Amino acid sequence: MSARINAARINAARIGVRRGWHEFVIGLRSPQDQTFYLSMGFGALALLWFNRDEALPGTTLTLPQVALPSLLAGIVMFSIVIGPAYALALEREDGTLLRSRVAPYGLHGYLVGVGTLTVVSLLPLLVIVLGGSAVLFDGAVPGDPGRWGLIVIALLLGILANLPLGFAIGALVPRIQQVTTWGMLPIVGLAWISGIFGDMTRLWDWVQILAQVFPMYWLAHLMRYAFLPEAAVTNELYGVWRLGPGIAVLAAWVVVGSALATLLVRRMARRQSGAAVAEARDQAATQYVR
Amino acid sequence: MSTPEIPRPLDRPPVVRVRGLRMRYGDHDVLDGVDLDVRASEVVVLLGPNGAGKTTTIEILEGFRRPSAGSVEVLGVDPLHADEAWRARVGVVLQSWRDHARWTPRDLIDHLGSYYVPFAEDGRVRPIPTDELIDMVGLEGAADQRIITLSGGQRRRLDVAVGIVGRPELLFLDEPTAGFDPQARREFHELVHRLTDLDGTTVLLTTHDLGEAEKLADRILILAGGRIVADGSADELARRIRGTAEVRWTRDGERFVHAATDATTFVRQLLAEHPAGIDDLEVRRASLEDTYLELVRSHLDGDAVHAPVSLVSEVS
Repeated sequence: MSARINAARINAARIGVRRGWHEFVIGLRSPQDQTFYLSMGFGALALLWFNRDEALPGTTLTLPQVALPSLLAGIVMFSIVIGPAYALALEREDGTLLRSRVAPYGLHGYLVGVGTLTVVSLLPLLVIVLGGSAVLFDGAVPGDPGRWGLIVIALLLGILANLPLGFAIGALVPRIQQVTTWGMLPIVGLAWISGIFGDMTRLWDWVQILAQVFPMYWLAHLMRYAFLPEAAVTNELYGVWRLGPGIAVLAAWVVVGSALATLLVRRMARRQSGAAVAEARDQAATQYVR
Repeated sequence: MSTPEIPRPLDRPPVVRVRGLRMRYGDHDVLDGVDLDVRASEVVVLLGPNGAGKTTTIEILEGFRRPSAGSVEVLGVDPLHADEAWRARVGVVLQSWRDHARWTPRDLIDHLGSYYVPFAEDGRVRPIPTDELIDMVGLEGAADQRIITLSGGQRRRLDVAVGIVGRPELLFLDEPTAGFDPQARREFHELVHRLTDLDGTTVLLTTHDLGEAEKLADRILILAGGRIVADGSADELARRIRGTAEVRWTRDGERFVHAATDATTFVRQLLAEHPAGIDDLEVRRASLEDTYLELVRSHLDGDAVHAPVSLVSEVS
């Protein structure tokens, strides 16, 4: 019996990956999603392009070189947290979640699907920004395989550490409209204090310490470590590269975050029923009438 | 000495067994001690006025809602603590709204069906092959269209298809034909008959369409005021209400209508009194509608007996 349950779980995970991929492909064909990828990707490139001649004081580095790794970390964090938060908040109201829950291990598959879609949706953005930067800005994208190994590890850890945050926010927000308040705003704030948009060494001490609790700062730090020459360390907090602590904090978020998100998502799923979906539908209808 | 008992369907353990089910929202009891049984391969229709707790009852049985009190067993298990293997045996027809709007029916049926693959059993192929299912529910023409472009009727067919894709032993349908036109309704009824004939699927559905209840139900349960107030086939329920047979005739070109408690005796007397001259004699038994309205009315007036009117025992 337990062999059969394992087989069913693995089957559901596989279905979930296919589900995420299917939704990604559907999205690629939709003008809405295309516009999103292109405007985000080329917007980021434009930002770097207009500052391409700005050199960082005291170094030979240009702004695109310094900003690219932090920007990539910001894109990863934003997509990975907001993606599942919106998906869960929206799809439990519109009945998608309930529909999956009726099938055996359907919730399992659904969640794997949301995760897959979120991660796969990152690819077009990363390709546009990384590919564009390699072409446009000399020395912005490293060619050395060792550095690329590190970039891949940092990205994987960063994705896995941030994903549970997205699921947790999606499970906690009472309604889709609150994702902006409880998802977007904290992420933008976190990006700000984590040095995504600029120098964080000038912020207050306690803000710097707060930033180091969250995975965002560490992902950006590891990305800068992988992208930038050794000497760029002068711009980092405390003037040192911290590879070990960075990996440890991200790994801790993977473990603790996953456990917490699992609890929250289960609690949320238990509360779903046809009547709950019908209620959301009626509320949406009255809002539309107003 | 004793003759061996031939097992009858009634002796098999019920597929659904509910005792003393209560559901309280705030200080209002929506369900106030519901007892019900559904036996294997039965089609049971739960009838009741709006707000009687039909949806609440069915959602408790589906495991989506925690009751305030009472014992519930579905396929031998408490649905709240049931595992995923139990899910594979239970079908739920949901009312779709705007989920999977960009998918096609074929992709969605294929996708949701694939969860059931590890739960196939001897004699029960799971899932139903997608093409076969699309034919069964009559979605051939729309199978590759985006779901958002489907008509209301097509969407409900898709809901039914998704509900039965795992070839369930027990199927729950909450107001499955709401918004159907008569043609779609007829086709849906044929589909339910086919399911029960082919796979012996047990069906519990709610409706407030009495015609639908009459066509589909082996047994009708009427839920009013948080309790089951009547339990029996459409015929049995109609017979239960006295004084509702209607006798019409014409005599000397004049039309008469009389509500008779005992129609047979009345007609015998009528014909005896007027050996000639009675034409167009017509006896109409109380319809299910009359019965239903009478039961619900008497219950709401408070003069109903609190024990459910069980008719099965009287008839068998």
